[in-house]
Amino acid sequence: MSDKNPAATPREATIFELSRTGRAATAQMPPPMTAHVPPELRRRRRPLLPEVSELQAVRHYTRLSQMNFSIDTQFYPLGSCTMKYNPRGCNQYAMLPEFLGRHPLAPAALGQGVLACLYELQDMLKEVTGMQGVSLTPMAGAQGEFAGVAMIRAYHRARGDLARNEIIVPEAAHGTNPATASMCGMKVIEIPCNAEGDCDLEALGRVVGPNTAGIMLTNPSTLGVFERTIADIEKLVHAAGGLLYYDGANLNAILGKVRPGDMGFDVIHMNLHKTFSTPHGGGGPGAGAVGVGARLLPYLPIPVVGRDADGYRWLDERDLPASIGRLSGFMGNAGVLLRAYIYMRMVGREGMRRIGEYATLNANYLLARFRQAGFEPAYPSRRATHEFILTMKHEAREHGATAMDFAKRLLDFGYHAPTTYFPLLVPECLLIEPTETEAKETLDGFVDAMVAIRREAAEDAGRLKGAPYTLPVRRLDDVRAAKQLDLTWKPAA
Amino acid sequence: MAFIPHTDDDVRQMLATIGVASIEDLFDEIPPALRAAPLTGIPPAASEMEIGRLMSERAARDGRPLSFIGAGAYEHHIPAAVWAIVTRGEIYSAYTPYQAEASQGTLQTIYEYQTMIASLTGMEVSNASLYDGASGLAEACLMAVRANRRSKSLRILMPRAVHPTYRKCAQAIAGNQNLRFEEVGFDPATGQTAFDAVARHAGEDITALVIQQPNFFGTLEEVDRLTDWAHRQGALAIAVVNPTSLALLKPPGEWGEHGVDIVVGEGQPLGVPLAAGGPYFGFMTTRMEHVRQMPGRIVGRTLDLDGRPGFTLTLQAREQHIRRGKATSNICTNQGLLMSAATVYLAIVGPEGLERVAAASMARTAELVAELTKIKGVRQAFATPRFHEALLQLERPVGPVLDELARRGIAGGYDASADYPELGNALLVCATETKTSGDIASYAAALRAVLGTARAA
Amino acid sequence: MSENIPAELRYTKSHEWVRRNPDGTLTVGITDHAQHALGDLVFAETPEAGRTVATGEACAVVESVKAASDVYAPLAGTILEGNGGLADAPEKINTDPYGEGWLWKLKPADGKELDALLDAGAYGRFLAESAE
Repeated sequence: MSDKNPAATPREATIFELSRTGRAATAQMPPPMTAHVPPELRRRRRPLLPEVSELQAVRHYTRLSQMNFSIDTQFYPLGSCTMKYNPRGCNQYAMLPEFLGRHPLAPAALGQGVLACLYELQDMLKEVTGMQGVSLTPMAGAQGEFAGVAMIRAYHRARGDLARNEIIVPEAAHGTNPATASMCGMKVIEIPCNAEGDCDLEALGRVVGPNTAGIMLTNPSTLGVFERTIADIEKLVHAAGGLLYYDGANLNAILGKVRPGDMGFDVIHMNLHKTFSTPHGGGGPGAGAVGVGARLLPYLPIPVVGRDADGYRWLDERDLPASIGRLSGFMGNAGVLLRAYIYMRMVGREGMRRIGEYATLNANYLLARFRQAGFEPAYPSRRATHEFILTMKHEAREHGATAMDFAKRLLDFGYHAPTTYFPLLVPECLLIEPTETEAKETLDGFVDAMVAIRREAAEDAGRLKGAPYTLPVRRLDDVRAAKQLDLTWKPAA
Repeated sequence: MAFIPHTDDDVRQMLATIGVASIEDLFDEIPPALRAAPLTGIPPAASEMEIGRLMSERAARDGRPLSFIGAGAYEHHIPAAVWAIVTRGEIYSAYTPYQAEASQGTLQTIYEYQTMIASLTGMEVSNASLYDGASGLAEACLMAVRANRRSKSLRILMPRAVHPTYRKCAQAIAGNQNLRFEEVGFDPATGQTAFDAVARHAGEDITALVIQQPNFFGTLEEVDRLTDWAHRQGALAIAVVNPTSLALLKPPGEWGEHGVDIVVGEGQPLGVPLAAGGPYFGFMTTRMEHVRQMPGRIVGRTLDLDGRPGFTLTLQAREQHIRRGKATSNICTNQGLLMSAATVYLAIVGPEGLERVAAASMARTAELVAELTKIKGVRQAFATPRFHEALLQLERPVGPVLDELARRGIAGGYDASADYPELGNALLVCATETKTSGDIASYAAALRAVLGTARAA
Repeated sequence: MSENIPAELRYTKSHEWVRRNPDGTLTVGITDHAQHALGDLVFAETPEAGRTVATGEACAVVESVKAASDVYAPLAGTILEGNGGLADAPEKINTDPYGEGWLWKLKPADGKELDALLDAGAYGRFLAESAE
C-alpha cells in the first residue's frame, strides 16, 4: 500500500463537494406555500442535501455512469446472472405516461389496460413453466424463494402435518436457499453432490422421511450441469411426503425445452430480471414471480390478477383466504412485470425455445474453445448448459495467478469478469454464462483475452496481481473498507 | 428470432467446433420424457412495432385520471433529468457492483445516497436500500430482535394507525420466526396512537415499538413521548417515516431524548413514479452501534493501490451471519435503479426544493379538506395536525362514491372502511404539489354532484 | 505444512484453543489455522463479563472480509472478561492468535472438562486429516 499520493485524486468528487450554499435548480421548484407544522415537531437543521445547479447534477451523475461497465457497453458473462440484452422497447412501452402515472390503489375500472398485460403475463409464465397458478408479487428472487418455502410450510400445516420442518438443500446451493428455509422456521439438511455434479441419491435417500417438508433444487444446478437424476429425486421426495421447490435462477438454459412443472416440481420461483431480461439497474429491481402446482394454489401470495364478467381485478384476502399473505406494500414491481410482458410478447412462442437453444449453443461453443485452448473445465465429462465452470487451480499452483487475478485483468481487456468463487465447491472457479444475445465474434474475443492473460500469468504473474490498470481506480483495499468504516460523507472538520 | 444474432454460418462453425451435428445434440443429457411440447399458450412473436401499438392502445384505455390517492404512494413532480439519467445504459443495464473497479459509478451513487438518507432521517448510517417500505418494516422488526440483546420476548408493539398493508406484510414475512406482533389502538377522537394503550405494557418485556410518522391517516403522532417510553422499557424504537415530510418535520434521529434506533420507510416519493405499484424502494437507517445487524448491501469508501479514494461493497461477511442466527433475513439485493433515481432527484431538488414540495403538499391537502368538507355529507375525522393526507367520513358507503368519481375521471382517494370499521365510511384523501386550486375545485364539484344525486344509501 | 500449535494448550475441532491459567481461570481464543483461513480480521465481538455460557454455545463473533464466524464456548462457565483490546485492533487475532489475540477469560463450571478436549498432538492430526 503506497502512502496517500496527492496526485491520486478521484476522477469525480462527491456531489457534496460541488455544493454551494444558495445554489438551486429553481425550474424544479413549486412556488413557496405556507405549511403549519407544530413547533415541537419542526425540523431545526437542514439535512445534508447538495445545493447544486441542475447542470451540475446532470453532469455529475452522467460522468459517474461513464465509470460503469454494463450490458449496453461490455460483454458480461456473469454465471447465474443471465446478462442478456435488455431491449429498449421494453423500457419505452413500460414507461408510457399512463402506466407510469397510475396509482396502485386507483380503481380497477381505470386500469384494465395494465391489468390485461399482467394477467396475460401470469398465463404466459404458467405456460412456459408448466405450472397451474402464478403470483407476480415477490419483488426479488429471494422473496420468491421465501414465498415458495412459506407455501410449502402452509400446505403441510393445513393438513395437520406439523412435524415436517426440514428442508433439504444440495451443498452447492446458493446461500439464499438455506437462509430462506430458516426464515420460514425450518431446519436445513444438506446433501452432497457426486464427482459428476449430480445430487447424491443415496445421501438423499438417507435423509428423506416424515420430517421432510421439501427439497430446494436448481436445475440446471449451480454447477452448471443438468440434474440427470431429477426423475428419481422427484419420486423419492414425493414418496416421503415432501414437496419439490425449483429455484429458477438457471431457467434460461431450458426455457422452452423443459418445463419445471413437467419435472414434477410443486412450486417454482422465476427471476424475471434474469430469464425475462428486465434491467439489473446496478443491483435491482428484480421480480421473483412464483408458480405453483394445483396443491399449492390456495397459498399463493396476494394480490393476484383475476378476471371475471366485469373485467380484470386484483384478487385479495377475500378471494384467497389461505394465502401466505402480502410480501409488498402494493402489488410487487409492476413496472418490471410490464417489461417482462413486453419481452415475452416480442420473443413469442417460437422464440422462447430458441432462447434455451442458443444460450446452450453459446455456452458449449465457449467451453469447446476454452478446452481446445488448454483451460480446465470443472466437470469435463458433462455438457455445458447455459453456463459452465472453469477452474484456475492449475494456473494458481503454477504461476500464483488466481481466479480473482484473471477477473481483474479481464476488466482491462474490456470484459466484465465472470462470476468468481461461486459455487464454493470448485476451487479457483470462474462460472461463465454468455447468454443467447451475444454474437460469435464477441465470444471469440473473450477466449482470446483469456488466452492472452494466461500467457501473461506464465511470463509475469505479478502483472496480474496489480490489475486492473486502466479503470478509474486500481484494486481496492477491502480490509481497510471493513475496518475503517467510512459509510457516509462528512464535511471536513 | 428476437435478440439472437446468429447467422446460419455462425451456427455451422460453432457446431463444428463443439463437435456435434445439431443444436439438439447439446440437450442429450436431458431425458427425452421431459422435453416440452410446443408452447401453444404463448402467442407468436410480435415485432416491437406491433407490441408498441398494443401497449399504446392499452395505455390510452387506462388514461390519466386526476388522482387524490396517497395511502403509501405519492404523486410528485419528477424532474425530467432524473429518468433521462438513470435510463442511460451504463446505469440501467449494469449489474450489482461486485467488481468494484468496474462499478465506481454505481458505488459512488450508493455512497451519496447513503449520506443523503442518513442525514434526512437524522441517523448515522444507511444501507443501499431494501425492496420497499412495507417489507422494510418486516426487516426492521427482525433487526430489532437481533439488536436488542436484553429482550427475549420477540414482542413487537404495532399501532393500528400503522399502514394496514405494512402490518400484514410484517406478519407474512417475519411471523414464521416466532415474532409476535401486538396491536395497540388509536384514539378515535384524534387519530393518534393512544398513549394509554401503549403504556399499558409498562414493565413487560417488549422488544420494539413501531411508530409511523405521519401515520396512515396522515396524522402527526406524539413521537417524543412514544420514543422515550420505549427506551425506558428497554425496547427499541422503530420509526416508519415519509421522506418528503422530513424536509419539514423533526427527523427520527432527534425524537425523544436519544432518537430512535432504526428508521425505515417508503422511498417512492423521491423521484420514483407511481407506475401501478412498483418498483419502489425501501430505505433503512440506524446507529453505528447496530450497523452489523442491518440487512442489505452497504457501500464504504476506501483507498486503492495508488492511494486514490474509491468505493466498494463492504461488511459483506455479516450478511451470511444475518442469515444464520435467530431473526434471519435472506435479502441479497437492493433496488439499485430506484435508489439512483432518488439520489439524482435529491441532488436536483436540494434542501430548498424538498421543503417547498413538502410545504406545498401540506398546503394543498389543507385546501382539499377545506373544500370537500364544505359539501354536505362530508366531514373530517380528526382535527389533529397532519402532513399531506386526511381521513374524511362520508354519510354513505365509500366504494360506490369512488366508482362514480372514477367514471368522471377522478381517482378520489382510498376506501379505508374495511381496514377501520370503527371509522365508518372512511375515505383517505391526499393532495400534493401536483394539484392546483383548479384541480381541487374540479374534485369538489364532482363529489358534490355524486353525493347530490338521489341514490339508495 | 507446519501449523503453529502450542503444546501446552487444549483444542477443539471448531478451532478454539484453551489455556489454563495459574489461578484456575481459563483463556480462550481461535487457533492459527482458523485465523489464517479467515484472512485479515476486521471485527471481533466478545462476550460481556458476568454472562454464563454453556458448552458449545456461540459466544463470540469474528469477522473478516470473507467470512463472519461464530466462536463456540469449549467449556461451560462464567465469563470474567472479553478482550476489549480487539475493538480497535482485531488484527491482533491474526498476528498473535495465542497471545494478544485472546477472546475471553472464563471461570469454568467444572475444572475437569478441560482434559476432555484435544491435546496439541490430537489437534494436529485432526488438521492433517481434514486437509485435502
